[in-house]
Amino acid sequence: MNVLHRVGRWIGEHLVLAAGVLVLVYMFVPIAVVMLMSFNDNSKSRNVYAFRDFTWHNWANVCQPDGMCEAVLRSVVIGLSATLVATILGTLAAFALVRHRFLGRSSMNTIIFLPMASPEIVMGSSLLALFVSAGFGGRLGMVTIFIAHVMFCLSFVIVTVKARLAGLDGNLEEAAMDLYASESTTFWRVTFPLVFPGIAAAALLSFSLSFDDFIITNLNAGQTVTFPMYVWGVAQRGIPMQVNVIGTIMFLVALAIVVGNMLATRRKQPA
Amino acid sequence: MSLAADRTDTTARPAEGPRDLRLAALTKEFATFTAVRSLDLTVPAGTFFALLGPSGCGKTTTLRMVAGLETPTSGTIHLGDRDITWEKPYRRPVNTVFQNYALFPHLDIHENVAFGLRRRGVKDVDQQVQEMLELVELESQARKKPPQMSGGQQQRVALARALINRPEVLLLDEPLGALDLKLRRSMQIEIKRIQEEVGLTFVHVTHDQEEAMTMADTIAVMNGGVIEQMGSPTELYENPQTTFVANFLGQSNLIAGTVASAEGDVVRVDMHGTQVSIPVDRAHTRTGAGWVGIRPEKVLVAPAGEPIDAPGNHMTGGVVTDVSFVGVSTQYLVRMPWGQELMAFEQNTGRRKILRHGAEVDVSWRPEFAFLLPADQDVRAGAFEED
Repeated sequence: MNVLHRVGRWIGEHLVLAAGVLVLVYMFVPIAVVMLMSFNDNSKSRNVYAFRDFTWHNWANVCQPDGMCEAVLRSVVIGLSATLVATILGTLAAFALVRHRFLGRSSMNTIIFLPMASPEIVMGSSLLALFVSAGFGGRLGMVTIFIAHVMFCLSFVIVTVKARLAGLDGNLEEAAMDLYASESTTFWRVTFPLVFPGIAAAALLSFSLSFDDFIITNLNAGQTVTFPMYVWGVAQRGIPMQVNVIGTIMFLVALAIVVGNMLATRRKQPA
Repeated sequence: MSLAADRTDTTARPAEGPRDLRLAALTKEFATFTAVRSLDLTVPAGTFFALLGPSGCGKTTTLRMVAGLETPTSGTIHLGDRDITWEKPYRRPVNTVFQNYALFPHLDIHENVAFGLRRRGVKDVDQQVQEMLELVELESQARKKPPQMSGGQQQRVALARALINRPEVLLLDEPLGALDLKLRRSMQIEIKRIQEEVGLTFVHVTHDQEEAMTMADTIAVMNGGVIEQMGSPTELYENPQTTFVANFLGQSNLIAGTVASAEGDVVRVDMHGTQVSIPVDRAHTRTGAGWVGIRPEKVLVAPAGEPIDAPGNHMTGGVVTDVSFVGVSTQYLVRMPWGQELMAFEQNTGRRKILRHGAEVDVSWRPEFAFLLPADQDVRAGAFEED
């Protein structure tokens, strides 16, 4: 009994911890590999996936591979503009869906989920058909990619902001109005600051969805090459190590946002 | 941000001080029901006024119309001579303490309390906030956020946030509902003290009759969108005009009877063979059938045949059917010969041993404590309204 108990305790103290560590390793090994490979010197090797020598070369000459930095820039431009437009439209739509009663409101709430649920390949090909029949054939590019990205980001924004807004106590706005705040002051002093975390989360989500989308983009890009399309293209011949540099930078940016957000919340609520 | 809108002082303060709040024929209809029916009400400046009633009686709707958070279907709301019926909530010299407090979670306590002053562009905000937080004894908590505080502290912040604006009328919407009993009692006394200190008009909405009686100078009992009766706590309790008030405010024995004569200042009622007399100013009907009402603590009980210290209205043949000892008093149920059980509360003064279940007793009360209500009123109205 006592032995069993002690074995149980040992498992509790060591095995569970070990399993947890393993899961974490499983999750982060790919990222570690990307970071490591960004310092790989593969100039003397034919096998691009093997780590040979350490070098700063990839970091110092990020834009060396033909067309890569242009593709990254394109993806960033599309990501930022699609995020901006989708976040504004989606936030307004979320307010309408939560705050107003109108005909078809509940069916709207269901329809919102459809773009999220349908396979990207279906969305992408039907969009292409739409663009071509609308006369965009031969002129596919940044504009069509932008339109496509706004479309698939919208649902995510609406759902995220709606959740935040639904959890907002309506009495708070009444209290603000009761305390001499006009409608617009109430919005900017009370409603917006309280909904903002939801809007920010929606914007971050939109950007990462847009930045890494391949299927829909590939179908509607024409001759334009975004970063995921570039990586896909060069993967056939061997990925240049600079792709790992871009990957590492993206990871660090995401990390900085998360850590910054954590620090900001901690400062706001001293223990 | 529209900072311009922040800086407009829209609530010109009158020179003559606080003014009466007058509601005239105020009505609010919702799609499926009428919440408030043609309500007429004057709240004198500087008084503590309570709107008391069960949930759904229209008291909160009335309050929200005064605050401007609900638009009346018809009728008017005046503050002195100023018609505020259609004023925006932020243009009324009226502030509200909400039931769930509605503190701004993203602002600290200091900024919550400062909110109203900042919107009106008042100078020396910090000084005033400091003083207000001292009044509610929270000066050390100024930099905390609302979610970090207890219910009682949040309640005091909500009170401070409204009071600091020195509104002509302060509205309290069941502000103590979420607190436990002990805290509620001490907050009742605290709010009453603050009201006397600042001398503003307080309108308090509650379904707790004890709370209303503890705090208010004047109580209006609301039921089904109308005011049943209005008056001081003692007036309402001692001389209810309707069965609803008699049952909702405390408890009452209501006994069927028929008016035998109404002469001079006494109405005599035949009550199951016993004649009881009721002062004319407490008789709310003069003819035909009626309900004789008597509060349980006014009913005196004694073993059969023993003298009772009360002239008149003496009834015999009662049997004790239930005895509840509650410490300060003992509550008896006495079955009378006509089958009705009367409640009788007796202070445990130790003058006599507690009566036993099944004891035969006589019952009596002083005529000046009884009241008479019209028979067409529902004898059970308001009786089982619990919170």
